[in-house]
Amino acid sequence: MMDLVLASAPLIGRGLLITLAVSASVLVLGTALGLIGGLCLLYGTRPLQWAARIYVDVLRGVPQLVLIFAIFYGFPVLGLQMSAIAAGILALALFCAAHVSEVVRGAVGSIPRGQSDAARAIGLTFRQRLRHVILPQAVGRFLPAWVNTAVEIVKSSSLVSLVSVVDLTMATQQVVGRTREALLFYAVAAILYFVVNFALSLASRNLERRFSHA
Amino acid sequence: MYQFNWRPVFDNFGLLAKGLALGLGIALLALAIGSAIGLAAAFCRTHGSRPLRLLATSYVEAVRNIPLLLIIYFVYFGLPLLGLSLLDNIWSFIAALALYAGAYLTEVFRAGIEAVGKGQIEAARAIGLTRLQVVRHVTLPLMFRISLPSLGNTFISLFKDTSVASAIAVPELTYGAIRINVNTWRVIEVYLVVGLMYLSACYAISGVLRTVERRLRIAT
Repeated sequence: MMDLVLASAPLIGRGLLITLAVSASVLVLGTALGLIGGLCLLYGTRPLQWAARIYVDVLRGVPQLVLIFAIFYGFPVLGLQMSAIAAGILALALFCAAHVSEVVRGAVGSIPRGQSDAARAIGLTFRQRLRHVILPQAVGRFLPAWVNTAVEIVKSSSLVSLVSVVDLTMATQQVVGRTREALLFYAVAAILYFVVNFALSLASRNLERRFSHA
Repeated sequence: MYQFNWRPVFDNFGLLAKGLALGLGIALLALAIGSAIGLAAAFCRTHGSRPLRLLATSYVEAVRNIPLLLIIYFVYFGLPLLGLSLLDNIWSFIAALALYAGAYLTEVFRAGIEAVGKGQIEAARAIGLTRLQVVRHVTLPLMFRISLPSLGNTFISLFKDTSVASAIAVPELTYGAIRINVNTWRVIEVYLVVGLMYLSACYAISGVLRTVERRLRIAT
């Protein structure tokens, strides 16, 4: 059994790296877009707010897999060539951005109004209020929900295997197909996913402690 | 400029409509089975002995950190390799989705059980109900009403998750889209329609649920 695992380790290791790379790219891109989206929802002009609201509600009502397929198969038809992995990252990042927008809105919205009023009363400008009063408090509330989203994204990254990206799930499928050791290799993949997500949760718990303002 | 051609989509609309119906049915069934699992696991977590608590917690933590697709593959490809070929692709998917849903529903029900006021339980005990009667006539009905909104959200995400069933050729909505695309390659049109169908189904469900919630809301 051990030599089977060792023989498949390079393939599974490469798959894990792809899963990590896809998840990380999606999270970076999705969080950046989501921050913008969240701020649009909160402070945008009326049309901007509407646009962000429609974006968030549409993206959250469509399965991630449909987004991936639509971009992977649809963009080339429109003349935009895209690799499978890029299509997967783009689709999941757009989805992630919608969720992060809501998370930002929820986090900032949960800061009592009095905080913002008080900051205005002592003469801070909108930017200063955001930077020194609202956002530092919002971070502590943002993180737990963001980590939930991040865990969902790591799990959703397995869907890129359906457009033929050899991520951890696809690599596992290939190894199971070759060795027919289903229990062993599905367990290995499950443990690897679990470890990645557990590490995410642990890291966030540490960060939360640092950002929590009692 | 891209030339739209909606004909192939509407000629095959029956495929999509049937797929949508199948997806809703699968999600409903997974919700029902998952609720049974979730209810049992939630009571294990709140009322169970230490080993039962540990078992339920491990189940929840394990399943919530593993991709649904991997669970599907395990049930559909893995179990037959272990000599257990009992389920076809649709039932494999329902089993996988129910297992997956069970973990989320455990947390939903646990929160519901914990939200039932202590005073309610004590009052029920005070009028002489046994522990089992308290659970049956007080905890469960209150928990159900408290959990209803989260239950609804879980149903909507399960419905969206049925799209993953296309990976093992379950003829639901996403698979319908793939089929039409293979034959006609009207990718943009197909995914616009399919996306819209998912979207409207999700909003229709959430509309119905909100009405039910309003009807059943506990007067405060």
